[in-house]
Amino acid sequence: MAQVHLPRALTALVPGLPLRVELDAQAVQELIAKLDQRWAGLANCLCNSHMTLRPHINVYVDGERAMLSTMLHPRSVVRVLMAVSGG
Amino acid sequence: MTAQVLVLLGTKKGAFLLTGNEGRTEWHLRGPFCEASPIYHMVYDDATHLLYAAGGNPWFGPGIWRSENVGETWSHTNIGLTYGEAGPGISTIWHLTPARDVIYAGADPAGLFASTDQGLTWTHVEGLRNHPTCAQWQPGYGGLCLHSIVVHPTEPDRMWVGISAVGTFATADGGQTWATRNQGVRAEFHPERYPEFGQCVHKLLLTADGAQLYQQNHCGVYRSDDAGVHWQEITAGLPSDFGFPLALHPRDPNTLYVIPLNGGDKGRYVPEGRMVVWRSTDGGDSWGPLTRGLPEEHAYLGVLREGMAVDTLDPVGIYVGTSTGQVFGSHDEGESWQQICTNLPPILSVETALVEA
Repeated sequence: MAQVHLPRALTALVPGLPLRVELDAQAVQELIAKLDQRWAGLANCLCNSHMTLRPHINVYVDGERAMLSTMLHPRSVVRVLMAVSGG
Repeated sequence: MTAQVLVLLGTKKGAFLLTGNEGRTEWHLRGPFCEASPIYHMVYDDATHLLYAAGGNPWFGPGIWRSENVGETWSHTNIGLTYGEAGPGISTIWHLTPARDVIYAGADPAGLFASTDQGLTWTHVEGLRNHPTCAQWQPGYGGLCLHSIVVHPTEPDRMWVGISAVGTFATADGGQTWATRNQGVRAEFHPERYPEFGQCVHKLLLTADGAQLYQQNHCGVYRSDDAGVHWQEITAGLPSDFGFPLALHPRDPNTLYVIPLNGGDKGRYVPEGRMVVWRSTDGGDSWGPLTRGLPEEHAYLGVLREGMAVDTLDPVGIYVGTSTGQVFGSHDEGESWQQICTNLPPILSVETALVEA
């Protein structure tokens, strides 16, 4: 199972979302879709309507910058991070 | 039961609530709420006693927050706030309007959404973006936001919306089909002075009896007595044709308030650094300044399109939130003003509610 680490600010928006989740997925996009099935609205927080990551959302898989198409291994560590943004 | 005025403040860094005492002379501030996300508009639904806040988070996109207990706790949703894979991404929700059994939301880029489950989930009202002009809508400095939604008080299928840099549209069938409503409104920044669309409406409101529409535009203030088919300019007597906010008296359709700024290309602050609210009591035929208690010099502040609101008490209270974080209030229909709050983040919106004390 991939181990997913989520930003604390996201857990404030999505009721019941924990900071760490474990689940099976072949790629980042499938992982986000599965998260959205359990916590409705999460995909809209991370992706825009064209199914690309939002501009200020960064996803790292096993320490490497990832896209939605990035493949996962059974023991991948996925970190969803908020980019430097705001004012 | 004693009614208590709430002033709902959307700011660049979250939502705030001001609660007034019975005389509206003392105020208690709560906030920031909504994870300090930029909040572009807030509204209280009298029918359900639910409080809503709309905005956008720079990381997580558009969102609408809901409180069932007048701001004690909040929940967030974005379910349905999308144009789908074929449409553009949504950055922000700009405006909320409760109607009978539905709540409407306006988005940037411009589009209309509706919720029939008290704001938990949302559905795109596709008819507006199906209008043949949609592909030609171009954003202005304020984006391509749908910032005004007004619903006829007795015929809820009749609605009007205002879109920045696009203009006013009307529907008579609950949003399935729309028509432009910009005849007589100037667009000085456009190759044609009076195009079919492309006018930059800044705020659009309907009188309580549904008989008149008013708008503050990038190019003047206007009134329509025929549901927006024709507009009559009512700028004469004001110091500038440029401003953002507009407020209507809740009972007198001929009384309205505006706050002109010095000009669209001149800094967009109150003229000569002197804050003045202008009032008309004759439907815009003439205007008079309201100044008592407002900053008289060195006030280089602005007031944005949602930055002024009225309550429904008698006499009417008027509230203005500035781009520099002050709130000014009047409990005598604008005759005198007090600064009731300061040092807030830039204020994006002001609304009011009457709740049980």
